[in-house]
Amino acid sequence: MEAAPKAFGHFKDVRQEFRLPDQNDFVAIENISFDLKAGSLVSLLGPSGCGKTTFLKIAGGLIAASSGTIQINGEDVNEPQADFGMAFQQPNLMPWRTVLKNVLFPMELRNDTGPRVRQRAVDLLALVGLQGFEEAYPSQLSGGMQQRVALCRALVHEPKLLLMDEPFGALDELTRMEMQDLLLDIRAKTNATIMFVTHSIAEAVYLSDVVVVFSKRPAVIADYIDVPLPYPRTAEIRYSAAFTELEHRAGRALGITR
Amino acid sequence: MMSSVRRLIYPLAGFVAIVIAWQGYVDLAHVSTIVLPSPMDILRASWQRYDLLLRETLPTTLESVYGFALAVIIGIPLAVCVANSRILNLSLYPILIATQSVPKVAVAPIILVWFGLGMQSKLAIAFLVAFFPIVVDTATGLHATPSGLMELARSLRASRWQTFWKVQFPAALPFIFSGAKVAVTLAVIGAVIGEFVGSTNGLGNLLLSANSQLDGPLAWAALVWLSVLGMLLFLAVALAERILMPWAGAGHQH
Repeated sequence: MEAAPKAFGHFKDVRQEFRLPDQNDFVAIENISFDLKAGSLVSLLGPSGCGKTTFLKIAGGLIAASSGTIQINGEDVNEPQADFGMAFQQPNLMPWRTVLKNVLFPMELRNDTGPRVRQRAVDLLALVGLQGFEEAYPSQLSGGMQQRVALCRALVHEPKLLLMDEPFGALDELTRMEMQDLLLDIRAKTNATIMFVTHSIAEAVYLSDVVVVFSKRPAVIADYIDVPLPYPRTAEIRYSAAFTELEHRAGRALGITR
Repeated sequence: MMSSVRRLIYPLAGFVAIVIAWQGYVDLAHVSTIVLPSPMDILRASWQRYDLLLRETLPTTLESVYGFALAVIIGIPLAVCVANSRILNLSLYPILIATQSVPKVAVAPIILVWFGLGMQSKLAIAFLVAFFPIVVDTATGLHATPSGLMELARSLRASRWQTFWKVQFPAALPFIFSGAKVAVTLAVIGAVIGEFVGSTNGLGNLLLSANSQLDGPLAWAALVWLSVLGMLLFLAVALAERILMPWAGAGHQH
């Protein structure tokens, strides 16, 4: 193997075809190649049904790509890795577990729920503003609170790579903006590398170091946008000229602004 | 708060109205107690023949409870096997569904031949009628695990055993309990069918013999006690559900 620059994640010529019963094969992802820098937050932005979620699942090892190279941390990915954390569009909490036990679920699967781990879970819940809700059941929480619990669960085993599939998509606008700031806070504290799927241009630009714009199906990279805005990002940045310019560039790549 | 009081008052008022109408009809039309005893006649018989009714309630209760318990003990593991093995699912499940359409009343005489007049035959019939709802609902529940939870388990590299025990089974609990609630009332019916076909004791037997002696109030009292037995067993399962699934009772606060 050649001595490539040491990227944390490396995707080369990733292609995905699906075979549907009684139909022709269709190509969901034509060809995606990019590198993921350690500690960066990269958004995958694209129209609905463009294959960005499929790509995220390929990167997470949940789906096998038809062809191409997927390397994270120097390892080929063909199944979920122990140091991955995932958050989905739905919180996917278990209604029979309390908030704390939902957060501890990944550790329970590893038979590692000692006092230190419990304390970490409690601290994470406090970090997302859910102190005092440890013993509540998910049905007693609002959608935004449930998504925070899911975020804690994705972080409890201190993953190196956090994969997020439109985790704030089902939330109202205000809660969504709150969650975006929360994610940036958490990211500053944990230094995790994050891949974030979204179809919101503003969300992608606000959160990311890099926005990878996916074209319509079959997906290719329509644009690869470095976001030079400094962190920590604040609400004011959303109204800056630089922010708007980046939004326009992403919009052009999506083919919705001229 | 108001609505829970109302939920109690309305059915209670309906019940009282029916009892008064019944009492009035029997009194005014001078209906024979053989044909239709009045609520007061039934209450009096329940009171005066208290020890007899209680003695006959015991075997019926045991037959129902044992039959139900056996259905749970055999039914749930069988459903787990059917849900987890494609081969078992394909080979057994259709047979299970097909045998469910066999009328259990028609099987009762045959079971009596196999197990005799004692408790075993009633237990077997109670088991038979309680068995199907438990198997079918458990298997349905195990197949109905939300796909998001299955994906979560996979993303966390949960083993097959962990996935079953920590995700699929608890997710199926509401289905299992709804099957169990149906099954426990069916178990009482099964026990009574068994007693009708052939037995020497039990509320079903008492009902038959009181009927043949034209003792309407006692026959009706046995019927009332049977209904109460069914309701109490149902409540016991509902209580177990509350205790084992505390999250289901947790209210929505947002």
